[in-house]
Amino acid sequence: MSQNILTLCYLIGSITFILGLKMLSNPASARKGNLLAGAGMAIAILGTIFLYKDVETGEYLHNYEWIFGALLIGGIVGTLAAKKVKMTSMPEMVSLFNGMGGACAALISIEEFNHLSKEIQTNPNPDYIHFIQPTVLIIVVGLIIGSVSFAGSMIAWGKLNGKVKDFSFTGQNILNLLVLASAIGLAGYLVMHPAHSMMLYIILGLSLIYGIFFVMPIGGADMPVVISLLNSFTGVAAACGGFLYNNEVMLTGGILVGAAGTLLTILMCKAMNRSLKNVLIGSFGGNAAKVSGESSDFGHYKEISLSDTAMIMSYANKVMIVPGYGLAVAQAQHICHELEKILTEKGVEVKYAIHPVAGRMPGHMNVLLAEADVSYDHLLEMEDANEEFPTTDVVLVLGANDVVNPAAKTDPASPIYGMPILDVELAKNIVVNKRSMKPGYAGIENELFFKPKTSMLFGDAKKVLQDLCAEIKNI
Amino acid sequence: MNQILNFITVNQEIIYIVVLMIFVGIEVIGRVPSVLHTPLMSGANAIHGVVIIGAIIVMGKAEADNHLALILGFLAVVLGMINVMGGFVVTDRMLEMFKKKKSNH
Repeated sequence: MSQNILTLCYLIGSITFILGLKMLSNPASARKGNLLAGAGMAIAILGTIFLYKDVETGEYLHNYEWIFGALLIGGIVGTLAAKKVKMTSMPEMVSLFNGMGGACAALISIEEFNHLSKEIQTNPNPDYIHFIQPTVLIIVVGLIIGSVSFAGSMIAWGKLNGKVKDFSFTGQNILNLLVLASAIGLAGYLVMHPAHSMMLYIILGLSLIYGIFFVMPIGGADMPVVISLLNSFTGVAAACGGFLYNNEVMLTGGILVGAAGTLLTILMCKAMNRSLKNVLIGSFGGNAAKVSGESSDFGHYKEISLSDTAMIMSYANKVMIVPGYGLAVAQAQHICHELEKILTEKGVEVKYAIHPVAGRMPGHMNVLLAEADVSYDHLLEMEDANEEFPTTDVVLVLGANDVVNPAAKTDPASPIYGMPILDVELAKNIVVNKRSMKPGYAGIENELFFKPKTSMLFGDAKKVLQDLCAEIKNI
Repeated sequence: MNQILNFITVNQEIIYIVVLMIFVGIEVIGRVPSVLHTPLMSGANAIHGVVIIGAIIVMGKAEADNHLALILGFLAVVLGMINVMGGFVVTDRMLEMFKKKKSNH
């Protein structure tokens, strides 16, 4: 009876995952979809705790105090982290959570293998070893994928919050392949000879190293794509657990995320007009260092004062604001909305031009501006914005850089060549707010800043916008 | 060869699930607007937290005197739970913003 109920729990779980994912891809139903999948997860977890019976021994699970203790700690830590994180650091939080999932999958593999190798020691006959080989294979696959996902996600997390710098050297791709190949080779060996249990830890080490090296050279602008890819990796690692325990809900959930995550990765690449191969092997950071080293020969840029900026903006007919990561870092979304209101009162038409990958993740800016109550119909997507730039008097670029860099169109040698950009050059005046002349996340110079129509307004986005609002009110 | 065919026959249910789920996964998110890429990724991230079920099973099977197994299992459940709870809560927070936007206008 109890096993039938558990089967039902898993069935409900699987269905809610599919429906939840489906609903998540539509703005109107997304939030409900997330809650539905969460409810399904709760049912599956509770069902497992109370109804799961070991296939070998036919016993219910024990160690309840440990399980509930761990659930409580994990639940509190996860909830607090998710509640406290600022909207701006959302992307790295997702990466961190993904890493936890990967680590969890890797730990399961280690523990199951320890269990198996004890059995092998007590029962070393070839028939038994032959019998467990498929299990060892699944364990090792789960271990490799889980630990690559864990190490990679940690690096991606560090990169997004600026703690880890881009790092690459010549021949890195070859070294990466070698590390991966030796991990896979050793995995094959371990499947053939499961008694060599130390091999598992060498495979673990190699997989962690591969995870680190794999993400290290990829530039910050491509990080969302990498996180999405690692996300689907973790899905596959979870599915390995499903194989291991013959557990349908782990299998459906894992494969579902693996497949959807892979497609999502490809869709994100398309939004940036780049191929996945380009992202993974093109290593943004490496080329970029060279480019920024030699090309600072665009001439001079000119600065503009706050009062001049206030003047041209309040006498403009149409102002277009281009938000970027600088706005997110400075937490300037609210004061940005304030500026919009003041200008609108003065009869200026204000709109926002949102690049699909502005900020650190697709949709990042939409979320931030929505948080500050900016109305949905003032947000223009890239194509619409590009049509309106020729009739725009002032473009205010707030901490965006790579998404307005004309090199993406003109310079085939540029690492961002081919990425669609916002054609702010078409407007009559361009005011660029940045903290300094330092290059953006892709690490390349921006010719736009040296154009005659462009003026630079240096300073922290929030501070500058506050002063700008005050100036405009005084006019 | 015989071994492979045998493997497929023994595990046919699992193989069916895998193949069908790949298609379902691709199908359900096929037409997602780019604004929803981040929340969708985050939601999928929470769903693969289902790996925690494996961790719970490992934990619940461990013998009470096997300290290594208990510690590893405990750690796995904690990490899995962070993935699950954090994933769903963070996704909800992101989507809350979208909802507010709608009702406002």
